[in-house]
Amino acid sequence: MSGPNTEYDPVEVTPLKAEQVAAMRDEALAAIAAAADLEQLKQVRLDHAGDRSPLALANREIGALPPQARKEAGQRVGQARGAVAKALAERTEVLEAEHEARMLVEETVDVTLPTARSRRGARHPLTTGAEKIADVFVAMGWEVAEGPVVEAEWLNFDALNLGPDHPARTMQDTFWTEPADNHVVLRTHTSPVQARTMLTREPPFYVVCPGRVFRTDEYDATHSPMFHQVEGLAIDEGITMAHLKGTLDHFAARMFGEGITTRFRPSYFPFTEPSAEVDLVCFVCRGAGGDEDGTTCRTCRGEGWIEWGGCGVVNPRVLRACGVDADRFTGFAFGMGIDRTLMFRHGIEDLRYMFEGDQRFATTFGSDL
Amino acid sequence: MRAPVSWIREYADLPAEATSEEIARRLTALGLKLEALEVGGADITGPLVVGRVLTKEPELQKNGKTINWCTVDVGPDLNAANGTGEADQGVGIVCGAHNFEVGDLVVVVLPGGVLPGGFAISARKTYGHISAGMICSARELGLGEDHDGIIVLPADAGEPGDDAFDVLGLREDVIEMEINPDRAYALSLRGVAREAATAFGVGFTDPVDRPVPPADDAGHPVVVDDPEGCPVFVARLVEGFDPTAPTPDWMARRIVQAGMRPISLAVDVTNYVMLETGRPIHGYDADKVRGALRIRRAEEGERLTTLDGTERVLSAEDLLVTDDSGPIGLGGVMGGETTEMSSTTTRVLVEAAHWDPVSMFRTGRRHRITSEAGKRNERGADPATCEAAADRVVELLTAHGGGTAAPGTTVVGAPPARRVVRMAADLPARVTGMAIDEATTVAHLEAVGCLVERDGADLVATVPLWRPDLTDPFDLVEEVARLVGYDRVPAVLPRPVGGRGLTRPQQLRRRVGRLLAGAGLVEVVSMPFVGDGDLDALEIAPDDPRRRWVPLANPLSTEQPGYTATLLPGILRAAARNVGRGADGVAIFETATVAFAPEDGLEAPIYGVDDRPTPAELATLEAALPRQPQHLAVVLAGPREQPGWYGPGRDADWADAIDVVRRLADDLHVELEVAAAQVAPWHPGRCAELRVGDTVLGHAGELHPRVCAALDLPRRTAVVEVDLDALLAAAPEVVVGPSLSSYPVAKEDVALVVPAEVPAAAVERALRDGAGDLLESVRLFDVYAGEQVAEGHRSLAFALRLRAPDRTLTDEEAAAARDAAVARAAELYGAHQRS
Ligand SMILES: [Zn+2]
Repeated sequence: MSGPNTEYDPVEVTPLKAEQVAAMRDEALAAIAAAADLEQLKQVRLDHAGDRSPLALANREIGALPPQARKEAGQRVGQARGAVAKALAERTEVLEAEHEARMLVEETVDVTLPTARSRRGARHPLTTGAEKIADVFVAMGWEVAEGPVVEAEWLNFDALNLGPDHPARTMQDTFWTEPADNHVVLRTHTSPVQARTMLTREPPFYVVCPGRVFRTDEYDATHSPMFHQVEGLAIDEGITMAHLKGTLDHFAARMFGEGITTRFRPSYFPFTEPSAEVDLVCFVCRGAGGDEDGTTCRTCRGEGWIEWGGCGVVNPRVLRACGVDADRFTGFAFGMGIDRTLMFRHGIEDLRYMFEGDQRFATTFGSDL
Repeated sequence: MRAPVSWIREYADLPAEATSEEIARRLTALGLKLEALEVGGADITGPLVVGRVLTKEPELQKNGKTINWCTVDVGPDLNAANGTGEADQGVGIVCGAHNFEVGDLVVVVLPGGVLPGGFAISARKTYGHISAGMICSARELGLGEDHDGIIVLPADAGEPGDDAFDVLGLREDVIEMEINPDRAYALSLRGVAREAATAFGVGFTDPVDRPVPPADDAGHPVVVDDPEGCPVFVARLVEGFDPTAPTPDWMARRIVQAGMRPISLAVDVTNYVMLETGRPIHGYDADKVRGALRIRRAEEGERLTTLDGTERVLSAEDLLVTDDSGPIGLGGVMGGETTEMSSTTTRVLVEAAHWDPVSMFRTGRRHRITSEAGKRNERGADPATCEAAADRVVELLTAHGGGTAAPGTTVVGAPPARRVVRMAADLPARVTGMAIDEATTVAHLEAVGCLVERDGADLVATVPLWRPDLTDPFDLVEEVARLVGYDRVPAVLPRPVGGRGLTRPQQLRRRVGRLLAGAGLVEVVSMPFVGDGDLDALEIAPDDPRRRWVPLANPLSTEQPGYTATLLPGILRAAARNVGRGADGVAIFETATVAFAPEDGLEAPIYGVDDRPTPAELATLEAALPRQPQHLAVVLAGPREQPGWYGPGRDADWADAIDVVRRLADDLHVELEVAAAQVAPWHPGRCAELRVGDTVLGHAGELHPRVCAALDLPRRTAVVEVDLDALLAAAPEVVVGPSLSSYPVAKEDVALVVPAEVPAAAVERALRDGAGDLLESVRLFDVYAGEQVAEGHRSLAFALRLRAPDRTLTDEEAAAARDAAVARAAELYGAHQRS
């Protein structure tokens, strides 16, 4: 309000009497208390605290009173309006809280509804398995080497001490590309990657070579014309079989758990001498072959050991063919099947699951192993 | 190799208490890996006893067959339990065989017994009698083929009621081992027993260590034209041999236990001696041999029918045994039909010859013959065993088949000198990391048959002739190491100097895999084999580079005779398989190597192995190999978003395919260009070529509806194939960081009417060009064609976001940038703002 009320009507002065102000206040308070929701309260605010409300009008009349009456009337009306404002604020808070509570109830959903609007993706365990293996070796300071799948016969065989009449050359029934006298094959192992490393780098080096390899095996639950290998090669001064054992024990522990070690059995591979088969302590029964009840372990068929791969000291003939100074350097090499390792690590019963492309297979494993 | 334990013990003085398991374990530790330990007689359950035939009444049956109704004494207790109840009366048994007489000792299985194959014996009524058991033949007991009926035991074999398991040696354990190709000597009991004796540190009796008659000129004449192919040829003759004489049971049993089949005494003896000594033997019917034996290489195209009845066309490399009639055998691999021993052979000409292993290997492979003899000859038998082995054959033939050794011993050639291998005395320790001293090294080398001398810092080992595999110092190291024990190799972790970690392409490939999986795609791995039929189904043109798959000389399938140049056939097969198995949507990806056959096939040379090839030679090798990039393929079919409580879902289409690559490119900071293209197998109106600069990465879009139908895939199946190597190569290594303006953004929307054939991406590029540096982003948010725009035109609505790095833009500045952008689009494509 600015300035005195010029439409002053002396007849209306009477409401400034104490009982009248109290009545206006009480009426307002009653209306506030009766407001059931924020909408009604809005109307109550207009009616009892708005510009045209009785108390507002009464307030305007104070200026018209004689000066001696103004103070008293001002106090009286002011207190009444204060009480009404306070009641309005309190009621607003209550009603807002009620409104919010109701709204939250109304907005309640069934949080157990399915939330996926698109399917989950996954990477293939052969990929993540190879990565896991690579990570074990990279953490030791090794590197990951790669090479072509369609490979020169010389690198796949001759350079690795598998001469033209070596029995192993037919043992590993090879896919030959046409025309066969071009001497190009689908690599039968990832060993040519080792040969390439030796041919193109100066020792020392420590490399692992994961990759797909091919043999003319018919396709069944345990054989496939394509499978995956990881091979390792360490060439350095003073390398011994003990370093090979240490490396494979470490690898086994990282892949299958602390305390899982390997054992060597004499074997034969053209590119290593001495050569060994590597067995892994069964990570399920931890070498016991079964449980206390006498149930035979299914993973190792009661052997306590799982055949894992082959290894040995790099044959100096291979070093010479690949230009490594065999008098100064020695090396070790090892190799195992990634597919097979995953099959027993994860209890996968059929090798063909790996290559069928059924989405359910990789989805079981997710984005990492 | 299958070795009966009793046979091993014949030559190795193994402790009596050593179990078969322990023997097998120690042999495995030495490198003769246990495959299976067969416990003999495990498939037979008693009572299986010796019986004496008391009575034998032949009875003619209505079916014309005569059976024998017998009573058999099986000892007082079993007589009482199974017969009339009287201990001194035999049990009644019906027997169909006739090769026995009253008083003979036979083998009887009584009711309650089980024979191999789960054949349970009970007292049963047959031919009018109660037969309380069965008189056994060799075949029924799994002991090999029957000669002519039941087993008749020697008169001194035992007493009625004796356990027949022991009499027959049925409880014999057999160790089956996997023999590595370098250990040919272990393909004999001689070799296995030597290893067993070494493993237990006990004495060994060498079965070939026997006196032999001196060579003379009185034997069958033999001429060796090719002493390199046949360094030693020994011939002996047995005359007056009885071809009907049976193989003794013990010999037949061992032959069966060793995994071979008894055939006739003459053949069985040659096999027995081969198993014993490792020396393959061939027996000829001497009456069918015409004149001198001559050993020579075949003439190209010469023919020989081998004793398996196959007529073989020979190569000039094949070694032949001939007589005056021509070829009579493929030397060392398989004999010929014309001189084969038969049921009438009374004169046996015995051949024990040493053959060149490489020739054996090649001939065996050329003619696809695998045999026990060939296996030993091609891996290298001991050339010094020929005379002893021939003599042993003569001994066994005469002992069990009558007849006599004819005078004369033909020996052509002589075993080569023993090889000498020189090795630094400390090499075993240096190579194995085990503390192996010189005395240990010498002792172990001697244990495997070497003569060892010291020469300065070296040991000079003269290796035995049965070890052709020992040629290099490291071969000797292996011998020492395996005798010390591989289980004693310590574990020491090498300490490589820091490596470079994963290469950038390796890291990026992992990133791509994670991004794709994150986008809801499932990785698959497919077989990379392909054929023209696969590409025909995709309607790929004859001159398309994807037709340049690498042909295989020996594919597994004639439909897919090559290594693929495109991932599409494989991944589409996987997609169809998922659909076929009821998947209600497919979202898969594959990254793999493809190969493009070189236009002009180059030869990858075979270099020597004594030194590394030169860089130029290596380059020649590389040039002969196909180009083999890594590709990425994606298939999306069916719901990309599944319908659910929130709404209807959305099926994948061309846009999803392109977006997969766009997102990868964005993440890799590669500027990807997308343009319309018409390439099979894509829908001609829904296919995008994806480019980085001038390099075409590949294509993405929807499959042609015909291709979907042909491959049993849903309509609108969306597919990508790109060269992943090329995409990754375009990714910058270092990304420059942004400068982020905190001044307010000015938003301007423009709707531009352009001819319908102008690509949206072109209009967007024009807007970017025209708007200048103030443009932060531009996004197409609506496409409209219809009544409100002219025929042949469409309206593209873009949202421009403008922002300055250093101030709040005024309305005028923002409008000016917008107008410049529109002006550029108008200039290039005749775009005008829709009113
Ligand atoms: Zn286990």
